[in-house]
Amino acid sequence: MTFDVEKIRKDFPNLSTRGRDEKPLIYFDNAATTFKPCQVISSTHAHYCHRTANIHRGVHYLSEEATAAYESSREKVRSFLNARDNFEIIFTKGATESINLVAHSYGRKFIKSGDEVIISEMEHHSNIVPWQMLREETGCVIKVIPFNDQGELLMDEYRKLLTSRTRLVSIVHVSNSMGTVNPVKEIIALAHAAGAVVLVDAAQGVSHEPIDVQDWDCDFLAFSGHKLYGPTGVGVLYGKQALLETMPPYQGGGDMILSVSFDKTIFNRLPFKFEAGTPNIAGVIALGDAISYVKAVGWEGVSAYKNELLAYGHKLLETVPGLRMIGTAKHKAPIFSFILQDIHPHDIGTLIDREGVAIRTGHHCTQPVMKHFNIPATARASLAFYNTKDELDIFVKALHKIIEVFK
Amino acid sequence: MTEHTDELYQQVILEHNKHPRNFVKLCPCTHEAEGYNPLCGDHLSVYLRITPEGVVNEVSFYGDGCAISKASASMMTAAVKGKTVDEAKLLFEEFRKLVMKETDAAQPQQLLGKLAVFSGIWKYPSRVKCAILAWHTMKGALDKEKSVSTE
Ligand SMILES: Cc1ncc(COP(=O)(O)O)c(C=O)c1O
Repeated sequence: MTFDVEKIRKDFPNLSTRGRDEKPLIYFDNAATTFKPCQVISSTHAHYCHRTANIHRGVHYLSEEATAAYESSREKVRSFLNARDNFEIIFTKGATESINLVAHSYGRKFIKSGDEVIISEMEHHSNIVPWQMLREETGCVIKVIPFNDQGELLMDEYRKLLTSRTRLVSIVHVSNSMGTVNPVKEIIALAHAAGAVVLVDAAQGVSHEPIDVQDWDCDFLAFSGHKLYGPTGVGVLYGKQALLETMPPYQGGGDMILSVSFDKTIFNRLPFKFEAGTPNIAGVIALGDAISYVKAVGWEGVSAYKNELLAYGHKLLETVPGLRMIGTAKHKAPIFSFILQDIHPHDIGTLIDREGVAIRTGHHCTQPVMKHFNIPATARASLAFYNTKDELDIFVKALHKIIEVFK
Repeated sequence: MTEHTDELYQQVILEHNKHPRNFVKLCPCTHEAEGYNPLCGDHLSVYLRITPEGVVNEVSFYGDGCAISKASASMMTAAVKGKTVDEAKLLFEEFRKLVMKETDAAQPQQLLGKLAVFSGIWKYPSRVKCAILAWHTMKGALDKEKSVSTE
């Protein structure tokens, strides 16, 4: 089946929104959040019109319907990640909460003073700060894998960082500020050889390529629904059963218990042990519909098309005088992070917005990456499968115009 | 570029960005403060030399920032130089009202003069902080605050 971008664009109503001054909108901020297809939007609408009920706690018809839809979403996520069992899928409010859950629950129980946690220089702040909070509490040590000027992890340095004290490696799959696709499988194998567990931050990667948690053999994996064409406020933590069983609950409340008395509370089984309180029911169900949508579109066509966009974008941007690409790794997602002459990224962001192009400017919650290149910020265009080469043409033309303004 | 862009990135602003006035670390000085805009990474310091009579004898700024923050800082130094401390604070208040669109359109801000080029910036809420950073920092220096953040 060939990939038909025009057909796909029709599924995303937000693509026909106008930008500033009624300009046709070009949405190149997909690493921040993606647009949602009609299938996801109508799922949420339908839920609140026809299926509003709490889950796991009613005997009435609607509650059973809502529970079934919620749990079928869990099955969709399981199958999407190729996890072994449904109960290895925990719903959270996003990648950030998923990482915090691991740091809080696994970290506080199994990581002691002097133990080592390895992260990388290209982590999003959400995969740095929770470990610093853990360090504050336990006295563990954080070690950082550096990257080269192309934005590729230095695997030899990584090997040297692994010791008998390494307890956990937490690593980003696809960098949101440089687009690098990291060799996750190799990173995991090396960590396991050293006796450490691995958490993969797949916030960006989940929309980039198929993930098979059994093939990777990762211990934990985190992502957010809103970067996978799903709603905001819902995310996933995958964890291997054996690990999740040993971990204490993250929050206390309803649904995560079997019985409560003032003397003793018995915690519920997986995955409910980690889902305290009423979850984002409509969001979880819509995430399931987003996954069905991505599956229906098909990875094969998407991957080839995104690689085309990546190559085309790089070639076009090379024609822009004084443009320096930040992130030129061999394996990349179509994320173009750059600086342009001495024009501040925020000026680029505002000026290009006037042309209808939405990009992100700033440090992208990856200040260590900015520090590596000794720059305060970049301009970043991040593409999804509904973007086109025509849009890239307009974008690059607009960059040429901006250079004229600052001449 | 479109008309509206010209409204924000006017020649005056582009020119001050390219050739900022009083762009130097003033030493010695009587007052200084550091301003930081975490959103943009704009980072600048404002230095003032104030006479015992309370007149801004010298004022300068130094640091990194976008065109809007740099031009605004440059024009701020030009505007407060020679003013009394009270006048400088009044000017700060007028400028703040201008960029927050709290001014009465029927009452043109005579005090502000050339600074009126920033009058369209309220349409770009994310950039208002860039325009006001140097002003907040200047005010902070006068109030003897060490570090100022627009967050
Ligand atoms: C690589 C990466 N990790 C984690 C996150 C955090 O995701 P969220 O804010 O949805 O929790 C992001 C979001 O920008 C990201 O790009």
